[in-house]
Amino acid sequence: MLRDITLGQYYQTDSVIHRLDPRVKLGGTLLYMISLFLFENIWGHLLAALFLAAVIRISRVPFRFMVRGMKTILFLILITVTFNLFLTPGEALVTVWKLTITREGVRMAVFMVIRLTLLIIGSSVMTLTTTPNNLTDGLEKMLGPLKLLKVPVHEVAMMMSIALRFIPILLEETDKIMKAQMARGADFDTGNLIQRAKALVPLLVPLFISAFRRANDLAMAMEARCYRGGEGRTKMKPLIYRRCDYIAYLVILAYLVCKVLAGVLL
Amino acid sequence: MALKVDHVSYLYEEGMPLSRKALDDICLDIPQDQFIGVIGHTGSGKSTLMQHLNGLLTPTEGHIYYMGRDISAKDFDRKMLRSKVGLVFQYPEHQLFETDVFADVCFGPKNLGLPKEEIEGRAGEALEKVGIPREMYSMSPFELSGGQKRRVAIAGVLAMQPEILILDEPTAGLDPRGREEILDQIRQLRRQTHITVLLVSHSMEDVAEYVDRIIVMNQGRIMYDDVPKAVFAHYRELEQVGLAAPQVTYIMNALKESGLEVDTQATTIQEAACSLRKVFSAVGR
Ligand SMILES: Nc1ncnc2c1ncn2[C@@H]1O[C@H](COP(=O)(O)OP(=O)(O)O)[C@@H](O)[C@H]1O
Ligand SMILES: [Mg+2]
Repeated sequence: MLRDITLGQYYQTDSVIHRLDPRVKLGGTLLYMISLFLFENIWGHLLAALFLAAVIRISRVPFRFMVRGMKTILFLILITVTFNLFLTPGEALVTVWKLTITREGVRMAVFMVIRLTLLIIGSSVMTLTTTPNNLTDGLEKMLGPLKLLKVPVHEVAMMMSIALRFIPILLEETDKIMKAQMARGADFDTGNLIQRAKALVPLLVPLFISAFRRANDLAMAMEARCYRGGEGRTKMKPLIYRRCDYIAYLVILAYLVCKVLAGVLL
Repeated sequence: MALKVDHVSYLYEEGMPLSRKALDDICLDIPQDQFIGVIGHTGSGKSTLMQHLNGLLTPTEGHIYYMGRDISAKDFDRKMLRSKVGLVFQYPEHQLFETDVFADVCFGPKNLGLPKEEIEGRAGEALEKVGIPREMYSMSPFELSGGQKRRVAIAGVLAMQPEILILDEPTAGLDPRGREEILDQIRQLRRQTHITVLLVSHSMEDVAEYVDRIIVMNQGRIMYDDVPKAVFAHYRELEQVGLAAPQVTYIMNALKESGLEVDTQATTIQEAACSLRKVFSAVGR
């Protein structure tokens, strides 16, 4: 039940996409997201979808895993669609009571669904093919120049990687505590809102205690290994661009050019 | 049969790339009033099997029957099942949440919807059974020692007055003294109440002397399911899967190999001593 959350969940397999430098994937994902909102025409979106399909194909991650992430934001998509459908002014198509669906509204709603879907799946591809550690390494390196502005880039990256590392651990812990309380007759799925909120106490108290205990243990372990922050710290595996990374940049660039051309010409 | 496990298989995360069967075609009968040891090394599927017995996990294949009724049937009352089959998880002290010990033990019976006097009566009785003195009832569970916390957590399940009590590695992470105390308490409980106890462990020494029956698990399958003597007779096979018979078994087998006519089936130190005495008195004569 709780395991359906794909966010920050890595899918272990071997593919070109998995082996790419995380900076390429971060930058590529960002550019891809921007490209989705650049122009509004069906050919452009088709191109974006084809590009994404090709990347998924190469990544060897089963398509099911991409869609898993969608479940969590289905609600958001529904709201966006509803608002777009009814609140866009324009030529009226159907009127039900005081609500009017317009031709422009339908168009907006359809494009919004396509964009959001591609956006979520696109970012899922990144998190599914990159280990959290790799991802934060890439982020740290990309944001490196901000250090000149006294932004604590290393500390932020470290915090992120710890947070990401804790997600599956805490999910597992939640699952365990939930089961342990269910074995004592606790009931998490029935009752009204107040009863349900109350039922969460036996789950949340042990969960917080365990989170603090783990955080404490981790801090101790880091101290014991003389961690003192980013100053003068070197990497065991520094990120170095290889040939396939440059090729990937070229591919992304080619995609962007095509997307812009499709937007301008069609 | 109180519980009957019929050809049960279970797969975690169906469809994940690395998933393999955590349980593979398990068949078991668990009668009333029996002390059962469940042994297997880490990852052999012990915890997974135990969570099936009170309906926390639903088999991927196969069925489980409680008093002849399928527990995954739609109209089956799983809350009732969980009060009859009490499951104490590994590291149960991690589930404590109330402000004082007594209130925490009351949580289980309260969920069963019992009247207040009954709830408090059961909680007091359960705490007494695990040897927590009255002065501690009003203490915060987090002030207690590791062994005490664990006993409070066990009391939390006992207070539901189950007919079958499952303890998943109740001695894990305790020092030898805490371990002995917990095991002693479980034995006493068995003597007093005659409930069925399933004691899960990865160490034979924990269970060898007291249980009526041992179930050995390996890679999601049941390897042996028999009385202790019969199981320990396979001590070489047990070794191959990373388990060991009690040390007495090794000594007696070594003595036998060096020519003494001792009883290799002895599982306790008393039996071994008795057998040795017999042999030596025969030699002396
Ligand atoms: N929540 C879970 N999700 C996925 N796999 C699990 C989970 N719990 C246990 N497993 C796997 O199932 C197998 C059996 O585990 P478990 O029943 O915990 O064994 P034991 O209690 O004997 O150590 C192991 O291979 C373990 O990795
Ligand atoms: Mg276990």
